[in-house]
Amino acid sequence: MASVPAVLQSEWTKIRTVSSTIWTLAVAFLVTVAMGFGLSLLFKSTFDDLSDAERVTFDPTFVSFSGMILGQLAMVVFGVLVVGSEYSSGMIRTSLAAVPQRATFLFSKIFVAGALALVVGLVTGFVTFFLGQAALGDHGTSIGEPNVLRAVIGSGLYMGLIALFSMGVATMLRSSMLSLGILMPFFFLVSQILASVPKAKQVAKYFPDQAGSKIMQVVPNALNSEKPPYTPWEGMGIMALWVVAALVGGYLVLKKRDA
Amino acid sequence: MIEVEGLTKRFGKKIAVDHLSFQVRPGVVTGFLGPNGAGKSTTMRMMLDLDIPSGGSVRIDGKHYRELSEPVKYIGALLDAKAMHGGRSAYNNLLCLAQSNRIPVSRVSEVLDTVGLTAVAKQKSKGFSLGMGQRLGIAAALLGDPEILMFDEPVNGLDPEGIHWIRNLMKALAAQGRTIFVSSHLMSEMALTADHLIVIGQGKLLANTSMADFIQENSRSFVRLRSPQREQMRDALHAGGLSVVEAADGALEIDGSTAEEIGELAARNQLTLHELSSQRASLEEAFMQMTAESVEYHAHSGGAGGVGPAAHTAPGPQWGQHDNQGKGA
Repeated sequence: MASVPAVLQSEWTKIRTVSSTIWTLAVAFLVTVAMGFGLSLLFKSTFDDLSDAERVTFDPTFVSFSGMILGQLAMVVFGVLVVGSEYSSGMIRTSLAAVPQRATFLFSKIFVAGALALVVGLVTGFVTFFLGQAALGDHGTSIGEPNVLRAVIGSGLYMGLIALFSMGVATMLRSSMLSLGILMPFFFLVSQILASVPKAKQVAKYFPDQAGSKIMQVVPNALNSEKPPYTPWEGMGIMALWVVAALVGGYLVLKKRDA
Repeated sequence: MIEVEGLTKRFGKKIAVDHLSFQVRPGVVTGFLGPNGAGKSTTMRMMLDLDIPSGGSVRIDGKHYRELSEPVKYIGALLDAKAMHGGRSAYNNLLCLAQSNRIPVSRVSEVLDTVGLTAVAKQKSKGFSLGMGQRLGIAAALLGDPEILMFDEPVNGLDPEGIHWIRNLMKALAAQGRTIFVSSHLMSEMALTADHLIVIGQGKLLANTSMADFIQENSRSFVRLRSPQREQMRDALHAGGLSVVEAADGALEIDGSTAEEIGELAARNQLTLHELSSQRASLEEAFMQMTAESVEYHAHSGGAGGVGPAAHTAPGPQWGQHDNQGKGA
């Protein structure tokens, strides 16, 4: 059987020696931080224009994570390319000839890439939070307030899980283009639109991004939104179930199909 | 020793590999020959456990491929030249492969040197020419210093210098006692490198023989002659009990005799000869005859999309037209 530490080391070499890793993760960081900072500034200057209901439910933590809606897309690209480039380059045949135990191969790759995405996500989360609070000034909050630390760490977990979900989908579809073509519109448009359409939102709130992103809210009905029927950690659990399903599906495809 | 037993692969209703059984013995170059689409690449992918067989098994020194703990040290394979990540340098592509099988990092530079890619080791492999990609693939195959090496169409798309280099490399590796299994659709190429021959067509085994026996059995020798008194010559040959075939240019071809005998026969009958020569059919023709029934993609006369019976008058050029077909089958 293949030596797991050896395969982990090999997968780490694969990740650090392609430029797409650097630019997708850098974009995820920069976009989330910059957009969160910008929208925090905007909220500060227009705070007086908010309705009373919005002011009562104002969630400075969640506002600082507004950039996640775009930043997560770069995480999607990272996750998809980590797996998809094996298929688009033909490297998958070399990789599987070297490590024929497909579970060892796939889960080593996912472990290394997922850990990297989690670390980048946590760094992004903390930087985004502190810059966002600085931008909000008097309307901001502090890391010591109840549930705020949970939301900040949760933002990092969210980014890591988005990357893992994308890796699972890319393993199932065996194509970067196809995976991006489905995941990008889904996270950027479909999920967002359905989440604001009556009736459809009853289903949409169980989508991975909708359920998982609730962990970034300190006020459950932030900005007068609807309160979800689950707690933030339950929401994260729902997202984790989606991730497990995608990874198991990916593994079954990899195990059954010809490389 | 590789043992292939009853190996079968179906893609839907199509049978790509049909109950194939053979052995690849150590210390010799075994050629794996067949027309395009015969199932060579599929067979090789199943040997490496990349494609899952519909039936039968492959054993390498008695083990299934996935039971090998560090397979790169056991079998080195070149399947297609571009099975590397183009955005990664040649060195790093080999490095991650070496690390996965706990091969010392120093081997990476060694094999890059062996294949002559040291100068471009730090360059991204997507800029490589076909020949350089092929060399990188061979470097990957040699990385684990394996006892068994498998090359799928290694000379495809190479320039004469590259072809020469690969031939010598394979011979040198076999001389070190390694098992070499190399596929090709070119008989002429096999004749130069292989000691043993396995021929398949439409996934079925057609021949499993030593190269020397194959040449002995399959290269037809005959005598060719031209004469202005063709009809008298023909009668004289018939009278001598010899069978005569008329060639396209009006010459006569006679099996089962020698130029000396026929020359003397002509002299006895006082017939004039314009040409008399001993001929030997090429191995290429022998191979083509053997596989004619099983060629999957025939060229049709009348250009692309032409419908009708396959024209076999000039089989030679048909091969060249199919270099890229059937590779993915």
